[in-house]
Amino acid sequence: MPLEIPKEKWAGKVREVTLGATKDQGGTRARTLTVGGEAALPFLHHEGALPHQTVLGLEVRDRKPDDWSPLLAKVWGEAISDPGAWAKAAEAAGADFIFLTLSPTQADGSPNTPANARQVVRKVLQGTGLPLAVIGTGQADLDNELLVAVAEEAKGERILMGTCEDKNYRTLVAAAMANDHLVQSKTPMDVNLSKQLVILIHDMGIPLERIIMDPTTGALGYGIEYGYSVMERLRLAALQGDSMTQQPILVTPGEECWKVKEAKVGEGVPGSWGDWERRSINWETTTAASLVHAGADLVVLRHPESLRLLRALVNDLARPAQAA
Amino acid sequence: MPLTGLEIYKLLPQTNCKECGFPTCLAFAMKLAAKQAELKACPYVSEESKAKLEAASAPPIRLVTLTGEGTQIEVGNETVLFRHEKTFFHRPGLFLRLRDTDAADELKRKAAEADAYHVDYVGINLGLDGFAVEAASGDPAKYAAAVAAVRSVSKKPLILIAGAPELAKAGLQSAAGTRPLLCSADVSNWESMAAVAKEAKVPLAVRAESLDSLAELTQQIAKAGVEDLVLDPAVGGYLSSLERLTAIRRLALKSAFRPLGYPTITFPGSGDGASETLLAAEHIAKYAGLIVLDTFDPAGLYPLLVLRQNIYTDPQKPIQVVPGLYEINAPDAKAPLLVTTNFSITYFAVSNEVEGSGWPAWLVVTDAEGMSVLTAWAAGKFDAERIAKAVKISGIKDKIGHQRVIIPGAVAVLSGELEEELQGWQIMVGPREAVDIAAYLKAMWAN
Ligand code: B12
Ligand code: SF4
Repeated sequence: MPLEIPKEKWAGKVREVTLGATKDQGGTRARTLTVGGEAALPFLHHEGALPHQTVLGLEVRDRKPDDWSPLLAKVWGEAISDPGAWAKAAEAAGADFIFLTLSPTQADGSPNTPANARQVVRKVLQGTGLPLAVIGTGQADLDNELLVAVAEEAKGERILMGTCEDKNYRTLVAAAMANDHLVQSKTPMDVNLSKQLVILIHDMGIPLERIIMDPTTGALGYGIEYGYSVMERLRLAALQGDSMTQQPILVTPGEECWKVKEAKVGEGVPGSWGDWERRSINWETTTAASLVHAGADLVVLRHPESLRLLRALVNDLARPAQAA
Repeated sequence: MPLTGLEIYKLLPQTNCKECGFPTCLAFAMKLAAKQAELKACPYVSEESKAKLEAASAPPIRLVTLTGEGTQIEVGNETVLFRHEKTFFHRPGLFLRLRDTDAADELKRKAAEADAYHVDYVGINLGLDGFAVEAASGDPAKYAAAVAAVRSVSKKPLILIAGAPELAKAGLQSAAGTRPLLCSADVSNWESMAAVAKEAKVPLAVRAESLDSLAELTQQIAKAGVEDLVLDPAVGGYLSSLERLTAIRRLALKSAFRPLGYPTITFPGSGDGASETLLAAEHIAKYAGLIVLDTFDPAGLYPLLVLRQNIYTDPQKPIQVVPGLYEINAPDAKAPLLVTTNFSITYFAVSNEVEGSGWPAWLVVTDAEGMSVLTAWAAGKFDAERIAKAVKISGIKDKIGHQRVIIPGAVAVLSGELEEELQGWQIMVGPREAVDIAAYLKAMWAN
């Protein structure tokens, strides 16, 4: 009596979005990355096509960050002060794409400028052949200046630009449209807000094939369950055919985890927290792995060892199921 | 599978006599389906219908209880595939595997260390749930001694990994007085293992490589009289785990397939080269009932315990603390005053930090409906008015000799308004992150 395992039949699927452009396509990237396209829940290959693997990015800063954990400073070494070298090191560590974040100030303390942002992006494009995401500082006015310059500098490269938020997306979307890029649509852990912002951004005329949504990640112990469930709900809605939830999902467990005490602090913490470095990497990877299971398409990490561990996970999960 | 109101109605007398307290049998049936009434309220329901209704209302995944000495863990009885649909109820047990091939002293040392392990997460004390003692030596006397050694240092529930009846009996003898899980029966030994489990009245794990043979085995064993079963679907790496555990959960919930309606057990340490921690994390999120770890490493256990806590939090109820005035390190009239919200994670981030710093301090916890600082601020639940009100009703004014209050750096924008609301008070903007509070107090709090 062979068992009949209940299968779900889905009406919808996630859109495919391609990051990066090669020479033939008007860019300079050595390869492109296509994400999305899922017609089934995460890794249930027997229920529908899952054409693309979860992709892993490493975060690189435009300048040496002041507030990163010493563990990260140690592992990246000298490269941490030079975005081009850092991107190269991230590529060597096995990243699928580079997630470059801009800082409000330059290394000497002066405010960041469009000219500097251009130069940084140029360096990173030269340092690596990987597809690129460039994310702003989080300060709306400054980001509008910097990212317009970045969009022009990287014209044709099909970079992912962010962060589009409900209060600040018009300038960014316009710059992305004018220069053939993608945008990241970020909302605070809410299914309806995710949909709404995708609608607003799409209304400006940018095709849905160029929008990636970021539903906001909480770190393990600091609200991961909210993001996790919002992602599961978004993916279920996408499969049920709700068009505006059918964007691939990007998550940033690296950023979230490395700011919490468990990862940041090595001394004066309870002994039951265990070895600092292993704990930090476990924090980042258990957060990331949980989000992969909830439906993440693009995962941004900070530590190369985390990337290595996640690589084994996504490779195994991507393996098509053996015939039953 | 739970019956619908209409299906239940068909099993009722359909006389509308009203004795159940409802105007019609149908109305009563609807309440039963919604679990807002109990069947015994109807005196006229037939024995046959009663049996049918009871069978249908048995949980689709059986609840299995293991007990130690004064300790216990319950697993199973889950009702949903996704936590947002309702909640996950019974946190999967985390057990540590120990082997009887270790010398008794070594075993005791390992068990004692792991037994003592505990970590505080938002005021909740977390630790391992028990030990899985394996008869790796194949020698019943050795195995009995090993189980006794573990029990001499731990009162937690046990799993006895003993694949042959003589070993199982030896282990059970040493485990007398507790209710361990016997692990495991398979196609070759199930009859004798079932007999041992039945006699000892303990739950039995059933292991098979395919779900078909697993289902066949559980039916045979249930017929042989063992009701409390745990499924060991012999999961391998990340993908095979996900596929099998999802299939079992779906069969139990969506198809009401009784032969697989039991909690599961997994061994993430033997996962085809997968990281034990990451595979265990997957098992927590996706459908394990008991998880047996091979390694004891606080750096891996702490995140797993927190993940389990997070995934099993009821999505309808954010974990919160009672608003009010909290004292940290016996504060006096000169001690600093801080304000925060009543979201558990926020409150503990702050209070742990202050406590650890050694600073005596007063902490006013405002009623922000269980939200974090910025979430509450964005939702209008942590504004100047609410903070001022909380400070006033806390009675702190009579306890301190100053009028300075420190607000979270994340809501620095509130300081102007708060000065208006709290006339005569000096509003100090603290750091953004709680980790920096000690340094901030040292630099900024002049007595
Ligand atoms: C989890 C989360 C939620 C959860 C709520 C969880 C909860 N119970 O609070 C949910 C999904 C429900 C949610 C909802 C919303 N959220 Co929200 N959410 C988050 C998220 C991801 C994490 C918040 C968190 O838990 N942090 C952890 C806790 C511990 O941090 P904390 O409270 O700030 O405490 C730290 C410090 O402030 C400091 N501290 C605390 N107290 C004190 C006191 C003193 C004296 C000092 C010195 C320091 C200090 O110590 C702590 C540790 O360092 C953040 C984004 C992020 N990554 O931060 C967004 C975020 C807070 N949310 C945001 C928003 C806008 C919302 C919504 C309004 C969205 C909407 N329109 O629906 C709603 C509001 C709620 C509602 N209307 O019901 C925004 C706020 C933006 C802003 N600056 O205004 C954020 C920042 C996301 C973003 N970037 O847009 N959210
Ligand atoms: S008591 Fe029983 S028979 Fe009478 S109305 Fe209620 S359900 Fe119907």
